[in-house]
Amino acid sequence: MSILIDRQTKVIVQGITGDAGRFHTEQMLEYGTNIVAGVTPGKGGTNVANVPVFNTVREAKEATGANASVIYVPPAFAADAIMEAVDAGLELVVTITEGIPVLDMVKVKRAMEHSKTRLIGPNCPGVITPGESKIGIMPGYIHKPGKVGIVSRSGTLTYEAVHQLSTRGIGQSTAVGIGGDPVKGMEFIDVLALFEADPQTEAVVLIGEIGGTAEEAAAAWIQAHMTKPVVAFIGGQTAPPGKRMGHAGAIISGGQGTAKEKIARLEEAGIPVAKSPAEIGETLIRHLRAKGLLERVLS
Amino acid sequence: MNIHEYQGKALLRSYGVSVPRGEVAFTPEEAEEKARALGGDLFVVKAQIHAGGRGKAGGVKLARSPQEVRAIAQQMIGQTLITHQTGPLGKVVRRVLIEEGTAIEKEFYIGLVVDRVSGRVVMMASSEGGVEIEEVAQSTPEKIIKVEIDPVLGLMPYQARRLAFAIGIPSHLVSQAVRFMTGLYQVFVEKDASVAEINPLVLTKDDRIVALDAKFNFDHNALFRHPDIVAYRDLDEEDPKEIEASKYDLSYIALDGNIGCMVNGAGLAMATMDIIKFYGGEPANFLDVGGGASREKVTAAFKIILADEKVEGIFVNIFGGIMRCDVIAEGIIAAAREVGIDRPLVVRLEGTNVELGKKLLETSGLDIVSADSMADGAEKIVSLVRERRGGR
Repeated sequence: MSILIDRQTKVIVQGITGDAGRFHTEQMLEYGTNIVAGVTPGKGGTNVANVPVFNTVREAKEATGANASVIYVPPAFAADAIMEAVDAGLELVVTITEGIPVLDMVKVKRAMEHSKTRLIGPNCPGVITPGESKIGIMPGYIHKPGKVGIVSRSGTLTYEAVHQLSTRGIGQSTAVGIGGDPVKGMEFIDVLALFEADPQTEAVVLIGEIGGTAEEAAAAWIQAHMTKPVVAFIGGQTAPPGKRMGHAGAIISGGQGTAKEKIARLEEAGIPVAKSPAEIGETLIRHLRAKGLLERVLS
Repeated sequence: MNIHEYQGKALLRSYGVSVPRGEVAFTPEEAEEKARALGGDLFVVKAQIHAGGRGKAGGVKLARSPQEVRAIAQQMIGQTLITHQTGPLGKVVRRVLIEEGTAIEKEFYIGLVVDRVSGRVVMMASSEGGVEIEEVAQSTPEKIIKVEIDPVLGLMPYQARRLAFAIGIPSHLVSQAVRFMTGLYQVFVEKDASVAEINPLVLTKDDRIVALDAKFNFDHNALFRHPDIVAYRDLDEEDPKEIEASKYDLSYIALDGNIGCMVNGAGLAMATMDIIKFYGGEPANFLDVGGGASREKVTAAFKIILADEKVEGIFVNIFGGIMRCDVIAEGIIAAAREVGIDRPLVVRLEGTNVELGKKLLETSGLDIVSADSMADGAEKIVSLVRERRGGR
């Protein structure tokens, strides 16, 4: 078991004929991801890496029975691509594209209000269930199948955390990069709920960063609902306040959003927070050892 | 991206949102001319910089005649204004806004922002105008009223009315206030703003609702579809190093420390700053070279970091991921040769072909210290910089 994706997940690549789409399609195929179709409007009937290309997501889904898609479409067209995938009724849409206008994402969220589709991203590395399926741009080889779930707002910092776990003999059930944009699909809480319900996942590493209040909300949720151990790291502890943050934005968050505040909320909820990004792996090990659970995640 | 007050007001005016009559001037002569053209016997001269708090710092002054406007402009243009938002170095005033005077009855606040939690644009209004809205949020949060706006419906008249009545706009002016808010929302969504603030929004003695100030911030990601907004960019207001970085699509923010950082990915870049601090150092910048870390980008990044005289050492932290480490190492070596690095350089590489990458660094003949992990790299650069200081 795992969350969100496994070897059965049938994936469509939207924007497969672009440079990024083509390159990562090859990488994902090499990892073993079950890619069944590509979509690029106007390029239907062609092939990329032996994957058939269709003009629309609906067509691709009908022809292949796909249930997920990954989007490498350029930012100006990405919101439309997400909504196309949602309209086609896919279960999971992973949006890698960086630089989508925020107000486009506001419309996407509105369009998704009553849909069952789960959106990951945008501006994220994607999701991977090690040894089974990789939907995104993360380097597959640093991962190791196992029992620790990872959820993160960052890309390369997630790789750093995964690397620390894998080299210490701790595998991952699924690693989910939810992305760093202010308006996005799944939030920490949505992913945590899936990890809590997943029998394979024994513990979770949460990687947050400054801005917004998603980490505070996650801390409260974990305290109220989560039985599995969670450890965390918050990036941006040394970031200066006020940079890139507008006046009015600071009101909505009501003084929240600093690393200090997030760490305090997490610690109050009983979640150990790594003091330095180099200690994410060790922090998890210490916490699991104290709970007598370490043996269960080592492989 | 920020713009000036006079640009924001021009934008509002073009959407039928009422603002005082006024024009920008770059010289005292021009200021006097613009005042004469405006007419009347009361003028406001406002320093145009990308920072709030101008009033308290002497950046907003009243004048009774075009001659007096000229005298004030003479004094203001070229002056460095230090407000609580400019930092200790302040900002040089290069343009002034000359406006007709407004007889104020009462001041209010209106703001628009994209709320992460609801994923919607939120309009906020308050009866407490003309003061820092953060202070209002702290001391009397109940005085800030918010409505969430459905992107399909837009701001509904009933929502605007609710705000107008709640903040105490007189009944006979509510429909005027509704038109104002609707226009402001229109500007916000059509131009892809990320923050809009009218503080104060004023009720004049002759019963008009007018934006006395206008502050806009625009979504960087959406600038590609707004050449008119890009044309408002004022490079004088930006850090020269940040401008240079943006040319190469590098994300750079100058900080106060002495250890330059070059990292791929924003999260890892922030974490790298954190770990430098953890080992007792101070980061000189945030710099994300992006996923590729090509030779051109790395070269540009080195140049920008080295241009900062405070920098006493550089820490490169790259998690190669799919990019091969040998390719990245070649980029770093070529860039280091081209730029000529005269300060300690520690490089931490991780990812595909990491051993080959490290070997390339070691045999390059350059004075590059290789690190095995993030912690190792941070420790090494902090101690190298310390040694270098001690040796002087």
